[in-house]
Amino acid sequence: MTLAPDQQTTREAEDSASRLSTAPQPLGPTDRQLMAPVRRAWRQLTSMRTALLLLFLLALASIPGSFLPQRGVNPVLVLEYFDDHPTLAPILDRLGFFDSFAAPWFAAVYLLLFVSLVGCLGPRIRLHAKALRTPPPPVPRVLTRMPSTDRWETGSDAEQVLAQTGRGLRKGRWRVVTRPAEGGGGAISAEKGYLRETGNLLFHLSLVGLLVGIAMGGLLGFQGTVLVKEGDGFANSVFAYDDIKPGRRFDADRLVPFSFALEDFRATYADDGKALTFNADLTYKDSPDAASQPYDLRVNHPLSIGGAKTYLLGHGYAPKVVVTDLEGNRLEQTVVCLPQGPTFLSTCVVKVPDAAGEQLAFEGVFTPTTVQDPETGRVTSVYPAPEAPALTLVGFRGDLNLDNGLPQSVYALDDRSGLEPVDGDTPHKLLPGETWELPGGGSITFVETTEWATFQVTQDPGKVVALVASTGMVLGLCLSLFVRRRRVWIRVTPVPAGGGPGSGRTVVEVAGLARTGAEAFADEFTSLTGRVRETAPPSSSPTPEQQEHT
Amino acid sequence: MIDEALARLSDNLFFGTVLLYALSMLAFAGEQAARRTRLVEESGAAAAATRLAASRRTRAMAGGPSTVEEPPVADPAAPRPSRAGQVGLVLAAVGAVVHTGSVVTRGLAADRVPWGNMYEFSSMVALAAVVIFLVLVATGRVERSLGAFVMLPAVLYLGLAGTVLYTAAGPLVPALDSYWIQIHVFAAILSSGAFLLGGIVALLYLLRSRHDSQVAEGRVPRFPMSMGSTLPTAPVLDRVSYAVIAFAFPIWTFAIIAGAIWAEAAWGRYWGWDPKETWSFITWVLYAGYLHARATAGWKGTRAAWIGVIGAVALIINYYVVNIFIVGFHSYA
Repeated sequence: MTLAPDQQTTREAEDSASRLSTAPQPLGPTDRQLMAPVRRAWRQLTSMRTALLLLFLLALASIPGSFLPQRGVNPVLVLEYFDDHPTLAPILDRLGFFDSFAAPWFAAVYLLLFVSLVGCLGPRIRLHAKALRTPPPPVPRVLTRMPSTDRWETGSDAEQVLAQTGRGLRKGRWRVVTRPAEGGGGAISAEKGYLRETGNLLFHLSLVGLLVGIAMGGLLGFQGTVLVKEGDGFANSVFAYDDIKPGRRFDADRLVPFSFALEDFRATYADDGKALTFNADLTYKDSPDAASQPYDLRVNHPLSIGGAKTYLLGHGYAPKVVVTDLEGNRLEQTVVCLPQGPTFLSTCVVKVPDAAGEQLAFEGVFTPTTVQDPETGRVTSVYPAPEAPALTLVGFRGDLNLDNGLPQSVYALDDRSGLEPVDGDTPHKLLPGETWELPGGGSITFVETTEWATFQVTQDPGKVVALVASTGMVLGLCLSLFVRRRRVWIRVTPVPAGGGPGSGRTVVEVAGLARTGAEAFADEFTSLTGRVRETAPPSSSPTPEQQEHT
Repeated sequence: MIDEALARLSDNLFFGTVLLYALSMLAFAGEQAARRTRLVEESGAAAAATRLAASRRTRAMAGGPSTVEEPPVADPAAPRPSRAGQVGLVLAAVGAVVHTGSVVTRGLAADRVPWGNMYEFSSMVALAAVVIFLVLVATGRVERSLGAFVMLPAVLYLGLAGTVLYTAAGPLVPALDSYWIQIHVFAAILSSGAFLLGGIVALLYLLRSRHDSQVAEGRVPRFPMSMGSTLPTAPVLDRVSYAVIAFAFPIWTFAIIAGAIWAEAAWGRYWGWDPKETWSFITWVLYAGYLHARATAGWKGTRAAWIGVIGAVALIINYYVVNIFIVGFHSYA
């Protein structure tokens, strides 16, 4: 955006001055008639008013996603919503309200906004590039029209005043052009604050960069989660995960070939049961051939290898049990129990398909700090740490029906049709080291308490792009909001010698125009004229001196 | 781990802060009332004087705004400017010092940054708003006559923080234990304080310009528009709210980015449309709209001010509604 023509009134100048916008420049009159409707539509789209409208639409379109449950954030809540609102939920779902940030209407708003933005940026970058190359325009004939003006007469030499003032301005990082006048003397045009528009353009370009970074993450990124028990390991491959969310263009060959083992998991809690710290002690290898190194994985302290980052996501208990079958075979298992609440009462299922004779299964709860009701015998947990762990189980014998082809969850006894309770419905509580001798042979021993942790591995190649773009945004914003574009003119005219008032003297006229921040400029203008007065001291005789600030 | 004596001291200082701010608010309100009475008397006298002789001074007075800003002191019989405002300013400044003491002792008591839960965050936001206001007054950018309108919300905000949101000093949950919290939350506090202040001034701008247009139509403004007579002129209010919002916007942007960096380290993604993230985004978009509107013909002035007010409302929703009523990653306290 170039500065306003000198003839423009102050009001108009201020109008365009305070513009932070990406307002369009009118296209030239040479465009073909045929293109007129397209041109009009384009101009409409790239107009500031449309951009404003789209901004408000964007804010509005974001609201439903914050009040309605979102699949991307919490799919369980979405299912609950379906249960609670059986008629409304399918309609909302069809309109995309449960994935509202991926919905077509949301995409439409932000894509239109970005098209409008890019449409403005092109011409503005060209104009700014031109403005950077164009020297400040000549001094206007009537300087008194400017918002800040000053005028006095001096006995100093005109050329000397011009040279010194020009030097001073250059030192103050003004862009200075000195144009000599025909009858001696001359005029200085100086301009400062080009960084304002540079910053503005940088900010808006960075927005585009941010969108590119986000899109790269969506297309080329990868996210997987995996549960690892203490003592177990994980090697990064698509098949090792429990759950993966690959980007649409993700290539499995890009997975970083690292591996790690969970040596130990530790959690500490406050007296009221609130979690204080989580630590997962890992040993990891950058690649299959690399040496293994230790790592202390914590919340806020992910493990970063290549482009992949591993995070600690969740944790729970995995009691180790030994089951002996009718033939006396020892079958050892570490059972992943699922926590059900803040005190970590966890549900456990043990399936022993390899037991000789009949298959065995157990179902029950693990309680880290166990309290048993003396009357009902029900166990519960009162604290998340394993202060008094117990495993309370009901046993089954029979056929687990694992071979019928239907998938079964490892965390539940889906099919009980072939199972008979071992000892009625009475649960048996086991403390670490205790063994339950099953009626009819076999036993189960609760050996010890171990823990498991879930990990999330992400690869997002767009992350760096987004970060660089974000930095550009903040930098650009600061420049475009706090740098002021302003211009000053100094005209030095020698009054010809030979009679008349003030002959032999030099008239100095100073004028200034700030496009924004008029008050701040008034101060700057005063100190600037002060410095010019030092190089060109006003003559002692009365001069038509004036100084106005608006 | 928690220093109980320090924690108690912090609570007492907090109580003292609310008291000082409330007294300051009353003093500012007293000054307002005195100025209004004087203005009414003077305009009555002015009307009489106009009827007698159209002196220069009375003509200037009939012009309205310019005389409001600087009540004429040419008349030796005119009452001296009220001391109440000066007292209000001192009370507010002392309050801010006590407030700072409350925040610092809270941090020392818990041995961490004092912005780990909603109570502490609210207290910090109010402190930020009051300090920014005091800095604006001290540097002569704003008249202290706005004091009552700043101190009233500050007192309400702190009252809410000290009663409903109060949380005893305690350690942080693991997800908050990061140096990014210091950066992210501090930036959010500073910009929130400024945005809320900007919202208040924008609201006063709307009040003042409505007052002015009613006066121009020859109507007598009624409450709350009648309060407009003692406010700074509409252009001043517009400029101040813009300056405060323009100051806050890059900091808010930075707060969101720092939050994204923290989220990337803590949760494995830098952006996930968590309700808090969503509302921070909505707030950001609204203020971006404000900055653009202020530079667009047909939108500057009243419309832009409304956007500034709506932005502050979005900020409040982001804080209270999202934290208390919506379950998300930011549900800590």
